[in-house]
Amino acid sequence: MTLPAQKSAAKAEAQRLLAHLRALGAEEVEAAILQPAEELLDLYGEDIRARAFVTQDPLRGEMMLRPDFTVPVVRMHMEAGLDPARYAYAGEVFRRQEADDPLRPSEFLQVGFELFGGRDPADADAEVFVSLASALSDLHLRAAMGDIGLILAAVDGLSTTPMRKAALRRHVWRPRRFRALLDRFAGRIPVSEERAALLALADPLADAGPEIGVRTRAEIEARLQQLRDEALAPPLPGEELALIDALLSLAAPVPSALDTLRTLEQDAPGIGPAIYRLERRVEALERRGIDLADVTFEGSFGRTTLEYYDGFVFGLFAAARPELPPVATGGRYDALTRVLGQGRVVPAVGGVIRPELVAQLRGGA
Amino acid sequence: MTLRLGLPSKGRLMEDAFGWFAARGVTLGRSGSDREYAAQSDWDGLEPVLLSAGEIPRELEAGRIHLGVTGSDLVREKVARWEDRVEELAPMGFGAADVVIAVPRFWVDVETLDDLDAACATFRRNHGHRLRIATKYHRLTRDFLRQHGVADYLLVDSQGATEGVVRGETAEAISDITSTGETLRANGLKVLADGVIHQSQATLFLSRLALWNDTEQKTLLRLREQLRLPPK
Repeated sequence: MTLPAQKSAAKAEAQRLLAHLRALGAEEVEAAILQPAEELLDLYGEDIRARAFVTQDPLRGEMMLRPDFTVPVVRMHMEAGLDPARYAYAGEVFRRQEADDPLRPSEFLQVGFELFGGRDPADADAEVFVSLASALSDLHLRAAMGDIGLILAAVDGLSTTPMRKAALRRHVWRPRRFRALLDRFAGRIPVSEERAALLALADPLADAGPEIGVRTRAEIEARLQQLRDEALAPPLPGEELALIDALLSLAAPVPSALDTLRTLEQDAPGIGPAIYRLERRVEALERRGIDLADVTFEGSFGRTTLEYYDGFVFGLFAAARPELPPVATGGRYDALTRVLGQGRVVPAVGGVIRPELVAQLRGGA
Repeated sequence: MTLRLGLPSKGRLMEDAFGWFAARGVTLGRSGSDREYAAQSDWDGLEPVLLSAGEIPRELEAGRIHLGVTGSDLVREKVARWEDRVEELAPMGFGAADVVIAVPRFWVDVETLDDLDAACATFRRNHGHRLRIATKYHRLTRDFLRQHGVADYLLVDSQGATEGVVRGETAEAISDITSTGETLRANGLKVLADGVIHQSQATLFLSRLALWNDTEQKTLLRLREQLRLPPK
């Protein structure tokens, strides 16, 4: 339970942060607390149900208490907004928690900043990072960053079939599944005898039982063909697996991480453009006065969030309080605008701060 | 000082529970007529309470009963962080059934969760919506599929006759309880090779949230001996 005094300190902090973002040119926006569940389910899948509160509206059907502002703000911008645009907001978000852990409240404040359509993506990334970090500079937070785009580029650069690459791309955000796929594509898990026998049959569907359900015979035959192709595809070379491992386990101050990445690039030219984008971003951050020697680059950063980040990702942490969740997080989510914009894509990057944590750190609690 | 023991109020599960206690020297029985949901015990310090098996997890969670007999599947499904709130005192060896993921037998290309995930991905592309899995075990199914990294599915609620939903085209797959698998087979379905979510059986549970004073603790100790349960 939050005590009233703590709550009002957090609310005051939220207003201070909001004023900071407004002073940087952001327009303040609101979002309804009740959001249509269908859209969120469509974006995030069934996992969101375990993390958001679902309720029933007699006319509008299933609704969710907003788990974040990003989706409604993106929708609002895609429907009516002109690029470029900077938005700021402050309000409660709601997350279901199965653990009775005071560090994981089910209701907390979020102050956010979203930037749509910045002409130079590197500069837009840097602007969002600096806008949030400058609001918290007195707390001396530890900064970490990563780049989902780099992982996606490494996957695209593998010398393997488009089907395998698509499967890996789809599971970048599910590390365990991603690992299992890599092991399989590397030939570390042999094809089961049953599967081999099935694929060898002249008509695998001969004794298959009644054709029931929406998934058609043609879909099953198409997948069988994919499985036959898959069985013939050569295993992923060991050195390419090693590259992915090196990338995902990378954790170093940004300058030395960049050196490592440039070395990796010699064997994997496919990640070159992503490294170039990272270098431009680093320069943009330096221009805005960030000392990158104090920032850690983590290859796997942002892989376990529910968010739709597909490029730059970052977090700010209270170094002395490692048990606390990140005080601020953010990243680039161009893909989300594609989904919500019905074909229209707007480059978008944003981030959020948790005022309760800021107030707690300020109060020394 | 009396321990309240929640028991399933009817059917095979009730009979088997009575039998299990009788085999350990505790005679439980219904009092009054067959229609009356009241029970009695000859064991000093035990007060049986007849409840619907589905309500017993809730009563344990609320601490309104000290002990309860119900399916281990129901406790896992209905009680968040069940291990913190209840304790499994004894698996009872009856009411065995598995909660499983089943798909049409006709899907010869889908034998494992890995295949299901691949089928989900293309299904969504082809049909414009996620592959639907009908179940009443929302928590168990979602946790299981998340753990195994299956994505792009949608759970739809089904409180009965779940085996029929694929034929009725309201879902593409199911997650349901089965003891022999016969109903699944009769409905053209098969269990995935790695699709067993939980092997359930009737279990004697203890509520950690019920009132446990010295006297209740002593009665429990005595009951543990009577039931030949290993000491804590």
